[in-house]
Amino acid sequence: MERSELVKMINSALAEEFEIEESEITPSGSIKDTLELDSLSLVDLIALMEQKTGVKIPGSDVTKILTFDALYDYIAERM
Amino acid sequence: MDKVNRVVITGMGIWSCLGYSLDEVRDSLFEGKSGIIFDPVRKEMGFRSALTGYVKQPQLKGELPRSVRVFMPEQAQYAYCATRDALADAGITEEYIANHEVGLLYGNDSSALPVVQAVDTMRAKKDTTLCGSGAIFQSMNSTVTMNLDCIFKLKGINLTISGACASGSHAIGLGALLIQNGLQEMVVCGGAQEVNPFAVGSFDGISAFSTREDDPTKASRPFDRDRDGLVPSGGAATVILESYESAVRRGAKIYGEVLGYGFSGNGDHISSPNVDGPKRSLEMAIRRAGISIDEIGYINAHATSTHVGDTNEAKAIYAVIGDRKIEVTSTKSQTGHEMWMAGASEVIYSMLMMKGGFIAPNINFCNPDEDSAKLLIPSQRVMKNFDVFLSNSFGFGGTNSTLIVKNL
Repeated sequence: MERSELVKMINSALAEEFEIEESEITPSGSIKDTLELDSLSLVDLIALMEQKTGVKIPGSDVTKILTFDALYDYIAERM
Repeated sequence: MDKVNRVVITGMGIWSCLGYSLDEVRDSLFEGKSGIIFDPVRKEMGFRSALTGYVKQPQLKGELPRSVRVFMPEQAQYAYCATRDALADAGITEEYIANHEVGLLYGNDSSALPVVQAVDTMRAKKDTTLCGSGAIFQSMNSTVTMNLDCIFKLKGINLTISGACASGSHAIGLGALLIQNGLQEMVVCGGAQEVNPFAVGSFDGISAFSTREDDPTKASRPFDRDRDGLVPSGGAATVILESYESAVRRGAKIYGEVLGYGFSGNGDHISSPNVDGPKRSLEMAIRRAGISIDEIGYINAHATSTHVGDTNEAKAIYAVIGDRKIEVTSTKSQTGHEMWMAGASEVIYSMLMMKGGFIAPNINFCNPDEDSAKLLIPSQRVMKNFDVFLSNSFGFGGTNSTLIVKNL
């Protein structure tokens, strides 16, 4: 999958699951702030990424992924 | 105890197969409408009976944020709608709740679907994280009270009552006891019941359900000679209980007064009810209400349309009221069995009838059996003004609850 397709797919899934506008997602934006994640909903981010991309993000890694760009990179490297 | 507070009902809300507002439900009762359908999905799943009450799913997106909804299984969503409407009906504002210790007692005795979904995920993925953040909160029996308490910011008692098919009735009875004893001034009480197939699959498996699938609206026929089992149903019902003094002080509309709560255990079989347990529950409620039996104008029976259940309840009622001509009906003829919700919803159904001056027909009651023939069971609507009703709820394991409510 091309990176642009991956980004589009991830953004669409995140916007639907966390009920925000896709336009609120920017590559350098903070995932936690944009999606209003807390320690519980971080679990839902992991579950959603596994469901949509097949990539399981371990709990020890997810807290280190701070921006959407970092998330795209992490998923792209493991798909 | 120095003083016993009077307990009144000042708000009601409901989400049921008979409607989603008090007016809609009253009209359905008046018309003798059935809320039962045939659900083909259940047939595909191997159910003996695909009959169920039909309850639409609330659309809460836009009303509650995702961060709240993610913890709510279907019955918590029904309970939210019923409670939202009951609080509004009672004129209870966020400001009132912020400044008072409003309690919450709600009947719920299962949350099957989230458990099934989590187990499916664990088996397929071998990773518990993938169950998501909501699964644990949706799976617990106390899911309804934990959700409602956080949404409405209630600060009094916060407790789920799991008493099988008497859960909702016990919740109201126990709420009344707390107010009578001065421990709470207001308690949100009710019952909720999930409607998804997983909730009742194993119940279907013990041949408890009617298989009259060719005519769904005729399947639930409490007290009828040819009844062949219950029809599962669900939703949620909420009543606002409040001390009489509080209601007067607030200038609240008062529907009625909870006069008596009776309860008992059968100490007998896990699924087959007996006569003695329910009889003692009725007698205790009447004794505590301090009324004569002749004051009771209507009895809302538990009767679910099972052979032994209806027979033994008819015997228990007859043992208590004798040959008095008091109308006895089971609204489950219209709704099916709303189980954990039923004790609460049937207080609302009875209240709507009492306020409307009618008794809804026990639909599908065509021929009595030996025991139901001793009771006055109208199969057609009766126009009648009455000021006191009695409502029975009984559950697996022999848990019985009886409420007596007076018109105000």
